[in-house]
Amino acid sequence: MDSGDRVSCSYAGSMLEGTYITKRDGKAVIKLGNGYNIGVSFDAVTKTGDAEKREVVKGGFTQEEGLPDLAIVSTGGTIASKIDYRTGAVTSQFEAEDIMRAIPGLASIGNFTSHVPATILSENMTASIWRELASTIYSEIESGVEGVIVTHGTDTMSYSAAAVSFMLKTPVPVVFVGSQRSADRPSSDNLMNGLCSAAAAVSDLGEVSVVMHGTSSDDYCAIHRGTRVRKMHTSRRDAFRTLDMDILGKVDYPSLKVSLNKHAGRRGSFEPELHADLEEKVGLVQFYPGMNPDLIRSYDGYAGLVVAGSGLGHTSSACIEPLRELVSSGTTVVMTSQCLNGRVCDRVYDTGRDLIEAGVIEGVDMLPEVAMVKLMWVLGMEDDKEKVRELMLSDLRGELGGCTPHGL
Amino acid sequence: MDYKKLGLKAGIEIHQQLNTKEKLFCHCPTLLRDAEERNGEFFRYLRATESEMGKIDRAAEEEMKKENRAYTYYAYDTTCLVENDEEPPAPMNPEAIELSMTLAKMLGMTAVEQIHVMRKLVIDGSNTSGFQRTALVALNGKIPAGAVIESICLEEEAAQRVEGDIFSLDRLGIPLAEITTGPDMKTPEEVKEVAAYIGMILRSTGRVKRGLGTIRQDVNISIREGARVEIKGVQDLSLIEEVVKREVLRQVNLLEIRAELIRRGASVPEDYTDVTSVFSETGSSILKKAKTILAVNLRGFAGLVGREVQPGRRLGSEISDYAKKCGVGGLFHTDELPAYGVTEEEVAALRSFVGAADDDCVIIVADKKKRAECAISQIIKRSKMAFEGVPEETRKMLEEGSTAYMRPLPGAARMYPETDVFPVEITGEYWDSLEIPELLTAKEERFKNELNLDAAVAKQMAYSPRMPLFERMIREGIKANLASRTLLATLRELYRDGVDTYSLSDDSLLELLKLVEGGKAAKEAIPDLIRAISKGMSPADAVESVAPGISEEELTGIIQTIIGERKDFIKEQGMRSLGPLMGVVMKEARGRADGKVISEILKREIQSVL
Repeated sequence: MDSGDRVSCSYAGSMLEGTYITKRDGKAVIKLGNGYNIGVSFDAVTKTGDAEKREVVKGGFTQEEGLPDLAIVSTGGTIASKIDYRTGAVTSQFEAEDIMRAIPGLASIGNFTSHVPATILSENMTASIWRELASTIYSEIESGVEGVIVTHGTDTMSYSAAAVSFMLKTPVPVVFVGSQRSADRPSSDNLMNGLCSAAAAVSDLGEVSVVMHGTSSDDYCAIHRGTRVRKMHTSRRDAFRTLDMDILGKVDYPSLKVSLNKHAGRRGSFEPELHADLEEKVGLVQFYPGMNPDLIRSYDGYAGLVVAGSGLGHTSSACIEPLRELVSSGTTVVMTSQCLNGRVCDRVYDTGRDLIEAGVIEGVDMLPEVAMVKLMWVLGMEDDKEKVRELMLSDLRGELGGCTPHGL
Repeated sequence: MDYKKLGLKAGIEIHQQLNTKEKLFCHCPTLLRDAEERNGEFFRYLRATESEMGKIDRAAEEEMKKENRAYTYYAYDTTCLVENDEEPPAPMNPEAIELSMTLAKMLGMTAVEQIHVMRKLVIDGSNTSGFQRTALVALNGKIPAGAVIESICLEEEAAQRVEGDIFSLDRLGIPLAEITTGPDMKTPEEVKEVAAYIGMILRSTGRVKRGLGTIRQDVNISIREGARVEIKGVQDLSLIEEVVKREVLRQVNLLEIRAELIRRGASVPEDYTDVTSVFSETGSSILKKAKTILAVNLRGFAGLVGREVQPGRRLGSEISDYAKKCGVGGLFHTDELPAYGVTEEEVAALRSFVGAADDDCVIIVADKKKRAECAISQIIKRSKMAFEGVPEETRKMLEEGSTAYMRPLPGAARMYPETDVFPVEITGEYWDSLEIPELLTAKEERFKNELNLDAAVAKQMAYSPRMPLFERMIREGIKANLASRTLLATLRELYRDGVDTYSLSDDSLLELLKLVEGGKAAKEAIPDLIRAISKGMSPADAVESVAPGISEEELTGIIQTIIGERKDFIKEQGMRSLGPLMGVVMKEARGRADGKVISEILKREIQSVL
């Protein structure tokens, strides 16, 4: 039996007519005429007709002349997802054209070209896809688009946004966007996020950013800096937050009016540049009380390691010796804080002073995962230990700040 | 009306809220709240999406005609992110499954082997997600009243409309059993009878919500030449017959209108006319305000648009319902004009402008251009449908039992799988383990025969929302008469006096009656004690402060004092003084002592004086 076949099944003394959908937990899932699905034993089911061929709808949108040229680069994720009715799970299988069909209104903002470097769930993202992503975006910018929209799964979007922030110097907006609720539900946030990202892509912005719901309501999207943003909730639509600085701006909905804050990078500030080398042998480890020092030792041979330490940036005394050994054997170790907000200072307590003395670099106020991506990038370009240290302590893409905002 | 001759076919869907501890897809309580108690609010837009088959449901498509699709939601400290549509649903509530399965068993149905939760597209704002989660749990049952029970679905209740496009999230997610009968009823009386029987089955579980809005009936009605019409949300069983009668009347009248239109050779044009200029000098406030006035000339429709099809409803109202979907307030037609400030001269000018003959009816609609255009195309659409006679529709009930158009009947395209919830297996062992509760009809007999309740009281008690508490009281040793009198009479009287009896918990009422049975308080004090409890006092504290029981010695003392003051009266009246003195003592004891005990001591003391 194939999905879509007409079937009948005997049930409680009567015959039910329906459509065979799939096999689930050993049962045949049948869609009845009233639209309900039920699971029944296979031996009760008889095929009565073949599946109708389903038309694949393509296109359905027209591009208007005279609008800014924009690129959609799709990597998959919920914004581009569709339910797979065979397995019943949500999978990414859209192409960029489908996104445009799913987000009516995009076509009145720009003229789109599209690329699909990957269709993956974002947890399957890798450094090599980051490279491909950055080069795709770079060639689009080189070809003269006015902005790039990157659709991405939300779970690791901030990693990718940070990676692209470092790999690419951009004169135009590069906007990462996703959705928290799948595109096939009437309440999906894909429409609003998609339209707001397009508005940001044609705005005066000139850096890599993430555009997602600002609140639980459909009132505005926040524009976050690619190196300062973090997913802070598993499921809310306003999960993305900028930490330790103000957001770059807002896109109001449904007016799509963009307002940028003073500190947002402006369009045309840079010539496009691509530096897509990444050192993949970089780890990220979170310290916890009672952590076995062997865990640190297991990073022996790594080019870099970022530690998300406790509080101001600490590990237990037991971890200091293994960290010292790592540094002496050539691994660059950067200390950040699992507090996420605030900056590292290893000069207050003894263990901190020991860490500095062991050669650990203070990660200032970088987010742990941003520090990791940055370290991959810095080590990809630079072998000289002192230069690496210097770069890690310099603000390259707004990832690290001199003063911590008071937040009042 | 001869319903059998007309070929009336009716079926019902009963939606009953289940009184489970938690909601169907989250762990929030199934509590209704006052909108004032909200602690958060947000707003969202909803839009129609394609089903798994790649189609957009026609009812959803119709809903998309609405201009502003922003809906506001009130959240509470008893609602969570699942109601907000910001968190995946929890697995289906096992208590709700068990209860729906018990109902299935009571109705002689067969459970499905594997329950699949579906999403039913509803984008009128009543669900934050834009769909209602629903699952078919059992099929094929039969009830003594004759009807076939086609299916039971277990669904989540929708959010309740506060007003306009504002919804309250407290109700969203309460489990709902939807029981659907076959189209087996042939008269309005049968519909009522079947609905009443299913209602009795539901209440026999003692685990369904009670009160206004907790049970809603949808009625599907058609007559032979007519079409299936679904009338939503009949809350009151007593109106169900009237609703059926009025729908049959409507279908009969629409069929007569169709016959007349065909006889006259009537027709509906494809296009409309902009008649704004005709009303440039009008005194009608509605027309004066409008940017655009559009008209359509319905050939051969004169007199029929104004014809009544149901009490208070004309063909014009039916057409107007369609136009209102575009956001216009309504329409005018020449069967009713001149009126509403439109003069006879203007009507004449309008008729001549659109070239209307005497047996034509002109309909006009006035609003902003876009809305007016939307409305006039709806008017043309519905007018054409007059040649079909009865359109298939979902309708809503108005007061008194007439109905208005809501949306087209939805199709199977609105259903697609809820992939966030795993299927639930219903095994034979599970099914066999379900116990069928005693039916209320049997309960009534038992209360009468075993508990010696008066027949009327037994019936009232069996069908009362407090029945589960009554049974618990009996199990815990409270006498049937005391329990039934308190739960039926006393509570009702107190409620009429303005006491908030709904807030009284089962536990506190039970504890109170235990104190009374244990001699800690007198029966006579029950009303005063309940008043105190309703203000937040515990039963024990209430007894302590309002009416502590009096010991026999203390009571004897009081009685002796009273007698001592009235010796002459007693000597004069003899045992006849018992009645008057009883009143005096009762007043003095203020319900702290049992009347029977007082009477015994008083008798003894009077005798000692005599």
